[in-house]
Amino acid sequence: MPTVGVKRDILFNALGRSYTDEEFDELCFEFGLELDEITSEKEIISREQGDSKASGASDVILYKIDVPANRYDLLCLEGLVRGLQVFKNKLEAPRYSRVSPTTGEVQRLIITKETAAVRPHAVAAVLRNITFTKERYDSFIELQEKLHQNVCRKRSLVAIGTHDLDTISGPFTYTAKPPGDISFKPLNQNKEYTASQLMSLYKTDSHLRHYLHIIEDKPVYPVIYDSNGVVLSMPPIINGDHSKISLTTKNVFIECTATDLTKAKIVLDVMVTMFSQYCSQPFTVEEAEVVYPDGKTCIYPELAYRKEKLTGEFINRKVGISEPTENIAQLLTRMCLLSQPTGAGDEIEVEIPPTRPDVIHACDIMEDAAIAYGFNNITRTTPRTYTVANQFPINKLTELLRQDLAAAGFTEALNFALCSQEDIADKLGKKISETRAVHISNPKTAEFQVARTSLLPGLLKTVAANRKMPLPLKLFEISDVVLKDETKDVGARNSRRFCAIYYNKSPGFEVIHGLLDRTMQLLEVKAAREQGYHIQAADDSTFFPGRCAEIFVHGKSVGRLGVLHPDVISRFELSMPCSALEMDIEPFLGHTAEALLTHDVPMRESIKHSLPRLGDSQQPLPAPPASTKTVFGDLKSQEGLKALNDFLADKSYMEGFVASQADASVFDAIPSTPTQTLQHLWRWYHHIKSFQTERVRLPATKTQFVLVNACSSSEHTSDEDIDLFGSEDEAESAETARIKEQRLAEYAAKKSKKPALIAKSSILLDVKPWDDETDMSKLEECVRSVRMDGLLWGQSKLLPVGYGIKKLQIACVVEDDKVGTDVLEEAITAFEEYVQSVDVAAFNKI
Amino acid sequence: EALLQLVEKADGGVDSLDVASSIGVDHQVIVGAVKSLQSLGDVISAEQRSSKHWELTDEGTELAEQGSHEARVFGSIPLEGLPQSELMKLSFGKIGFSKAMSNKWIRVDKSHEGGPRIFRSNIQDQVREKLLLVRSGAQLEEKDKNELKKRKLLTEVTVKSYWITRGSSFSTTLTKQETELTPEMIATGSWKDRKFKPYNFEAMGVAPDCGHLHPLMKVRTQFRQIFLEMGFSEMPTNNFIESSFWNFDSLFQPQQHPARDQHDTFFLSDPALAHEFPQDYLERVKTVHSEGGYGSQGYKYDWKMEEAQKNILRTHTTAVSARMLYKLAQQEKFTPVKYFSIDRVFRNETLDATHLAEFHQIEGVVADYGLTLGDLMGVLHQFFTKLGITKLRFKPAYNPYTEPSMEVFSYHEGLKKWVEVGNSGVFRPEMLLPMGLPEDVSVIAWGLSLERPTMIKYGINNIRELVGHKVNLQMVYDSPICRLDS
Repeated sequence: MPTVGVKRDILFNALGRSYTDEEFDELCFEFGLELDEITSEKEIISREQGDSKASGASDVILYKIDVPANRYDLLCLEGLVRGLQVFKNKLEAPRYSRVSPTTGEVQRLIITKETAAVRPHAVAAVLRNITFTKERYDSFIELQEKLHQNVCRKRSLVAIGTHDLDTISGPFTYTAKPPGDISFKPLNQNKEYTASQLMSLYKTDSHLRHYLHIIEDKPVYPVIYDSNGVVLSMPPIINGDHSKISLTTKNVFIECTATDLTKAKIVLDVMVTMFSQYCSQPFTVEEAEVVYPDGKTCIYPELAYRKEKLTGEFINRKVGISEPTENIAQLLTRMCLLSQPTGAGDEIEVEIPPTRPDVIHACDIMEDAAIAYGFNNITRTTPRTYTVANQFPINKLTELLRQDLAAAGFTEALNFALCSQEDIADKLGKKISETRAVHISNPKTAEFQVARTSLLPGLLKTVAANRKMPLPLKLFEISDVVLKDETKDVGARNSRRFCAIYYNKSPGFEVIHGLLDRTMQLLEVKAAREQGYHIQAADDSTFFPGRCAEIFVHGKSVGRLGVLHPDVISRFELSMPCSALEMDIEPFLGHTAEALLTHDVPMRESIKHSLPRLGDSQQPLPAPPASTKTVFGDLKSQEGLKALNDFLADKSYMEGFVASQADASVFDAIPSTPTQTLQHLWRWYHHIKSFQTERVRLPATKTQFVLVNACSSSEHTSDEDIDLFGSEDEAESAETARIKEQRLAEYAAKKSKKPALIAKSSILLDVKPWDDETDMSKLEECVRSVRMDGLLWGQSKLLPVGYGIKKLQIACVVEDDKVGTDVLEEAITAFEEYVQSVDVAAFNKI
Repeated sequence: EALLQLVEKADGGVDSLDVASSIGVDHQVIVGAVKSLQSLGDVISAEQRSSKHWELTDEGTELAEQGSHEARVFGSIPLEGLPQSELMKLSFGKIGFSKAMSNKWIRVDKSHEGGPRIFRSNIQDQVREKLLLVRSGAQLEEKDKNELKKRKLLTEVTVKSYWITRGSSFSTTLTKQETELTPEMIATGSWKDRKFKPYNFEAMGVAPDCGHLHPLMKVRTQFRQIFLEMGFSEMPTNNFIESSFWNFDSLFQPQQHPARDQHDTFFLSDPALAHEFPQDYLERVKTVHSEGGYGSQGYKYDWKMEEAQKNILRTHTTAVSARMLYKLAQQEKFTPVKYFSIDRVFRNETLDATHLAEFHQIEGVVADYGLTLGDLMGVLHQFFTKLGITKLRFKPAYNPYTEPSMEVFSYHEGLKKWVEVGNSGVFRPEMLLPMGLPEDVSVIAWGLSLERPTMIKYGINNIRELVGHKVNLQMVYDSPICRLDS
């Protein structure tokens, strides 16, 4: 929202009365402005540069007023005062008029064809016999700056140049030349520079350097000369010093050069309507003639008044008031929209002045009526819209699950959806290419390089930022990650994930495993291999080798859990063991009775009077299109397609303004869907494709675009063409299906190459002796002498039990299918003389 | 127990120091016993006393036994005198010499051959006498005490002791008080005879071992609840990646709009472009932007497909509202809808204490025949009343896709001023009609951020402490339940 700074006393003087700050704030609020700040130049300087610098500055009170971004007519004191005075019924909106020069000699601006390459448009006008004062002059300069920053989009769309007309003589030429050929003394410099020199001079200019890029790389730079070869300006960078305006300037020549003609006209209209106030004939503007390279001429400024007709009933109905027609006309007039009832019923004729380019629809007029009526005077009513509320199923599931996960002792974290590549790849021990991550092209910092593909990095970072908290830390998050997905219109989709971590002095795999079991219980999934869930050892570089398992639900993998790899832990600046779980929750959605909402839109419009669709049920025919030879060349070739793409750059159809048989025939000549790099062709192709059902009824062609191929063209009737089209479509989908199958097969092959996974368990046994006299080394020897297929003894240690008795704690890994714990216990207790009892201290599936 | 015996004997009570010396144990042992007896209730009552007395320091003891330094100097000088250098070699030489000199016990003959020679006069060792007095427990004059204290020969010692008397439930046999009721006591009924230790109700309880929900998510839950109470259905906003077409073009936001700038929006490099659009609709959108139509002048500029195709991280959830409204228009027959969503949106903004590159947007949309601006204000009034905000007023504003547009202000009792709480408006016909919605259908909508009310609710000043990994987990642990209307 642009902010306009005006001196308070000058503003009040122009408004004809003074206000307290509160009163003025209130007035602004009502009118849709915002009194953002009350300050002074001194205050601003002391805030920005320190008190010492501010000592000499003025302490005249400034109002900083926020103006809506579409109200270019309020960007200066003159416009603000005019708007508010009319609003308060103290002034009638002036009528702006374009006049011919009294001398009869109109100023001309001739555009040469060279400008087409860089900045093709220009408009101009003259303010005659204007009287500047210091305040007016400053406001005049300030308005140009505000327009440049806003509607001109930092001079890229439009650039304004204002000149003392008495120092130059028309006709003026707007042309474009190589930078080396342009040489002049720029504004506020004391010697001549070439354009190339200027570009390097302004590289360091805090203000102008922001505009250099607009023309920097162009072969020619735009420039305006007068009839004597004096440079007026080199838009959009700088004006010439020769024609600069001053307080004593009487006649001002305004030119606006542009890449967008509509905006140029608006900017010129705003400039002249605001400052023609100070001309000897107020609110009149002297016209200027612009001559185009093709010889066509236009008179500017346009200063067009447009008339719209609407009804009082329309305004009343849309706003929710019931005002008589006359009152509505008065309300609109107060908004500078001169309005009168036409007498035909409740019809009102509204005149939109050139100062209000923001009014482009009746709804804009309706809004102004509502503002004049006072938003806060409108009765607040309740619509009778009857609806039944539905939750979005995945959000409903998320909400329910969150509650119970917190009840399970885990604390909810909330992390950013954006992160660095490193977070989701290197730090997790993965390659970025494996992640299916979407990449951001313009991140300001590394924190915003990609959308996350996993919730795990966020949770680990949360732990890292909370290392001072007492252990264990148990965190979870249910949120979306983003993955590339070519089946979606935008090529990516969200996926709702559940992630949890346990951070403590021991890895606590059993805690995370327990949370998985609890989650499955909550989701009503039983622990079973086929019709339930199970976990199975898996390899994953994020996890410690042998400590990762994949979660399968009804035979489908939904996620993983395990103990994190020590490298991962240290990369996130952590020091304790950590186990984690991450899984999709969308597979648990089930089927809801309500219609499933989705943001996917139908790509083909549903036709109310549905026509039978041809071709859909036809068997695929392997016939190629009639001919790929066209006036654009062979459409089988890239050159041909490129030529067609260029042809379509500025056209919707092959000929005329509606789809015709010409489109249909060229469409058929294209062997396959064009790539997106040929945007224009691509857009047209899809558009024409949508006509497939009614294409027989498309108007006949006038031009022959497709060159008939002698052998095949006659064999195909137009009906068959449609079949062809259908078949092509089918063939395409058959092709995609084939690729998909192939990929599936490859995937299956890849999977099968992995060694068959054997379910193993890690068991920790406590073996207790009879008394403190039992020889523990002998006991351990006995235990280790137990040998079975699929049993592997691990580390052991002696732990004190009490009264000098120690127990042996020994780890082993068993293959589930071959060794059971009961068998193992039996075998050990067989050493009766040493062993009193055997207990399983811990049992983990690996 | 021995202590109790003594206390029983002594009628008026005993001093713990005396007890210690009479039993022959260290005083600290008695203090420990007193403390543990005290904790049993009114067995004994003990009153703390402190007494001060003076003791000799180590040096003082030495002096009391061997005489003061100056006396020892005196004693070490033979009748024929001693060279000064020789005297200084003695351990007590230096201090003793100067003191002895000032007491005039000795004299120095500087003219003596072989250096100054010291001769003895007469002596009275008062220091030693005084020290011996202290050791015997006698009192000294204040002046003398201070003198000796200065010479670090005396220290003042404070001894804390207890004056022990019998308590109301005095007994020489100890019955230990029970701390807690046990299953055995209940089974045997022994609880009836037992004495129970009183609880300290001043202490805090043990914090329950539990998980916690995130405060922002608690507030989200409440907002969802409010919308559901008002009959709004939740929109499927699980698509962070959006095409510029749905995010901007379909909303009649022109392609040169500053919001579409690199500085404000995150664009994607992969997948850079969206590849599928409803083509007919796209053509209508193109037309309304570049040429107008549906009663509009349009923006009259060269609408480019390339701009619309650009993929971005959605800047508002209104992109989803646009999709939903387009789908609504595709229905056989229009039915009124009320939609809401609360989900993440992304802005490539400069970050500070209240702005992040992503935040949650709350959005409400109502589509029906003949909705008015008054209806929008009425719905907003109902919505904000549920948040506990009743004083509302509306300021005209500008938004490319709503007309009229209103900023919603509420009166903040604490700040004593009107603060902006949300944005609202009526969707423009240029947005709705190309979608195919009937002409007399109006769509009203409003939006606000989730973070701001949460920060106010939970008194958080820095948004980073609330959202993201730098969250203060203690704050999460401690945050109360969320009731927005109280």
